Amino acid sequence: METVKRNKNDRVLYIRDLNISFKTAYGTVRAIRGVRLDLFKGETIAIVGESGSGKSVTVKTIMGILDSNGVIDSGQIVYHYTDKDGVEQEVDLVKMSQKDIRYKLCGKHIAMVFQDPMTSLDPTMTIGKQIMEPMREHYKISKEEAKTRVLKLLEEVGIDNPDKRFKQYPHELSGGMRQRVVIAIALACDPDVLICDEPTTALDVTIQAKILELIKDIQNKKGISVIYITHDLGVVAKVADYVAVMYAGRIVEKGKINEVFYDPRHPYTWGLLSSMPDTDTNSRRLFAIPGSPPNLMERVEGDAFALRNPYALNIDYKEEPPMYDVGGQHRVASWLADPRAPKVQLPAELVEKLEKMKKEAFKDDTN
Amino acid sequence: MTQTKQPLLHVENLKQHFKISRKFTTKAVDGISFDIYEGETYGLVGESGSGKSTTGRALIRLYDPTDGKIIFDGHDISGKLSKEDESFLRTNMQMIFQDPMACLNPRRKVSQIIAEGLEIHHLCKSKKEVDEKVSRILDKVGLSAEQGTRFPHQFSGGQRQRVGIARALVMNPKLVIADECISALDVSIQAQVVNMMKDLQDELGTTYLFIAHDLSMVKYISDRIGVMHLGHIVETGTTDEIFENPIHPYTKSLLSAIPHPNPVVEKKRVAITYDKDAQGVDYTKGTQHWLSDTHYVLATDEEFEKWNSK
Ligand SMILES: Nc1ncnc2c1ncn2[C@@H]1O[C@H](COP(=O)(O)OP(=O)(O)OP(=O)(O)O)[C@@H](O)[C@H]1O
Ligand SMILES: Nc1ncnc2c1ncn2[C@@H]1O[C@H](COP(=O)(O)OP(=O)(O)OP(=O)(O)O)[C@@H](O)[C@H]1O
Ligand SMILES: [Mg+2]
Ligand SMILES: [Mg+2]
Repeated sequence: METVKRNKNDRVLYIRDLNISFKTAYGTVRAIRGVRLDLFKGETIAIVGESGSGKSVTVKTIMGILDSNGVIDSGQIVYHYTDKDGVEQEVDLVKMSQKDIRYKLCGKHIAMVFQDPMTSLDPTMTIGKQIMEPMREHYKISKEEAKTRVLKLLEEVGIDNPDKRFKQYPHELSGGMRQRVVIAIALACDPDVLICDEPTTALDVTIQAKILELIKDIQNKKGISVIYITHDLGVVAKVADYVAVMYAGRIVEKGKINEVFYDPRHPYTWGLLSSMPDTDTNSRRLFAIPGSPPNLMERVEGDAFALRNPYALNIDYKEEPPMYDVGGQHRVASWLADPRAPKVQLPAELVEKLEKMKKEAFKDDTN
Repeated sequence: MTQTKQPLLHVENLKQHFKISRKFTTKAVDGISFDIYEGETYGLVGESGSGKSTTGRALIRLYDPTDGKIIFDGHDISGKLSKEDESFLRTNMQMIFQDPMACLNPRRKVSQIIAEGLEIHHLCKSKKEVDEKVSRILDKVGLSAEQGTRFPHQFSGGQRQRVGIARALVMNPKLVIADECISALDVSIQAQVVNMMKDLQDELGTTYLFIAHDLSMVKYISDRIGVMHLGHIVETGTTDEIFENPIHPYTKSLLSAIPHPNPVVEKKRVAITYDKDAQGVDYTKGTQHWLSDTHYVLATDEEFEKWNSK
């Protein structure tokens, strides 16, 4: 498998030291705490992590649809693109107004697919019209030309009888079909970044597999970059080149998919990988990470994961760990990665699981 | 497991049709048969729209079944229910739903929500007994007494699902139908909830009908599995039989679609596609072909021959 070379010149988007908080009646929620992330051309990155860890807030900020009680306290989100006159542009989304982001970039350069297709479709409008409208507005093309493009797009996303479907309403389609329409709308203006927030959780495995293959296909054809948000590690394994693991508003581990999956370094990632049931073990109990995530309304002392972490060191309760470089693209925010930290043994079951995964993955290489 | 004993639930040729218009009827469930034995977990899997939830709802009699027989612990609950049968059913069969928020009254405290069933069916002699039962079940599902005084919206998804489970289990039912009860939760919380369901089963001997589309979780929790497609059970067997020796092409395609958390393997793998019409399969023509006394496939003789030889 050839992976994208992460070369500075091919960087489409980069996030630096992003901090976001929400003002609520009960106090301030510090939802995003110092996120740093790069997205390169043609690459697929996945953001994984527990519910409430800040995945959606991060991408909503990119789309200019942060809830109105949200504040970007600091940071940069720099987006690099070629405008319609062919001029290269670099903008800091944090400095732009939400309205400007939506008006100038969303749908055209950056597009998003949401979890529930029904909420992003207008039930009163035919699907043809819904795909056509943003397209006509963006490309300033005639109705006929737009229709031809829409039909081609519907075919591309795997919808049969596009002529007939064009005139149908969302409720006349099955769940999988609707999600394809949402993808078609997202692709209508040839974006260069596609963000998918849990695009397949509402779908069953058979349809999910088809949708994932579809997105991959389109990506190969058009060279777009994709950000996936999901909590399904199987999906991540299938689609991602690069993965970022979030916990309590921070990225705690990131790297090339193989680095993170075959050699995880953060105790939270260990927990995540351990709790995934795999279809070929018969152990009686599933591993479950004990406890629940911290309340982000309160100040987080030290490492946010410390209270649930059986490997926590003294310093974990006092100081937040920095991001350590553990080789290659692999980074981890854990005191365990500090050269002075004691060497710890991974849980035996996880070691076994990882060994088995590696054996299965690289069996062809050894003979 | 010996199959000679009486099943707790016996379902025979169950049909649930919905009349959509004068000319059109959706055959959501179209003649399914299966048994569930006491203390076991029967997993029901299949793609969206295959009729899993409809089956669950028909069993607990949210619908009037179109046809077929449902025998639950010796009571025939398929036709018009007598008063005793109705009350037996309402107390001994419980359902846990996918979205706990949608079925928990937001204005009542969690302990009141859990006590509701006990009160409606007069299962306790005194208020004190109700309170005791509620606090015992709260403890069992891992919630504190203090949390019992909170309202549903003050909980996380996983905790709310525990409330849903507590509400079902406080009735001490013989059978619990869990319809996609963990699908909306994230992996680490799914693990907590599933472990808890298993522990409670070990302790109380509860029987589960576990409906889900996540096959890896179903494999993990179920003793036996039924695979549904378009209103039919196309294959059923022990968990090992279904995973190690699937016969029906639909089962095979379903198993092949499960994503594994192994990047190198996963990127190369392609799911097996199954198109019933292209292969000329007509479920209404198939009959049960038994491979063992627990494993059957719905097929015509030729289909069985073909599928079983590969
Ligand atoms: N408008 C808001 N007001 C207050 N808090 C908010 C708001 N939006 C998000 N949050 C909080 O910010 C944190 C991150 O939320 P986010 O939606 O990004 O989580 P997530 O990682 O996408 O989770 P999930 O997997 O459940 O979708 C959570 O603690 C959430 O409660
Ligand atoms: N009350 C109803 N009236 C009419 N049709 C219905 C009704 N309930 C279900 N159906 C139809 O019956 C079929 C089976 O639906 P069901 O909800 O049982 O599927 P499911 O297997 O639970 O799917 P999912 O995995 O999406 O929950 C579908 O075609 C559905 O549209
Ligand atoms: Mg989210
Ligand atoms: Mg259902």
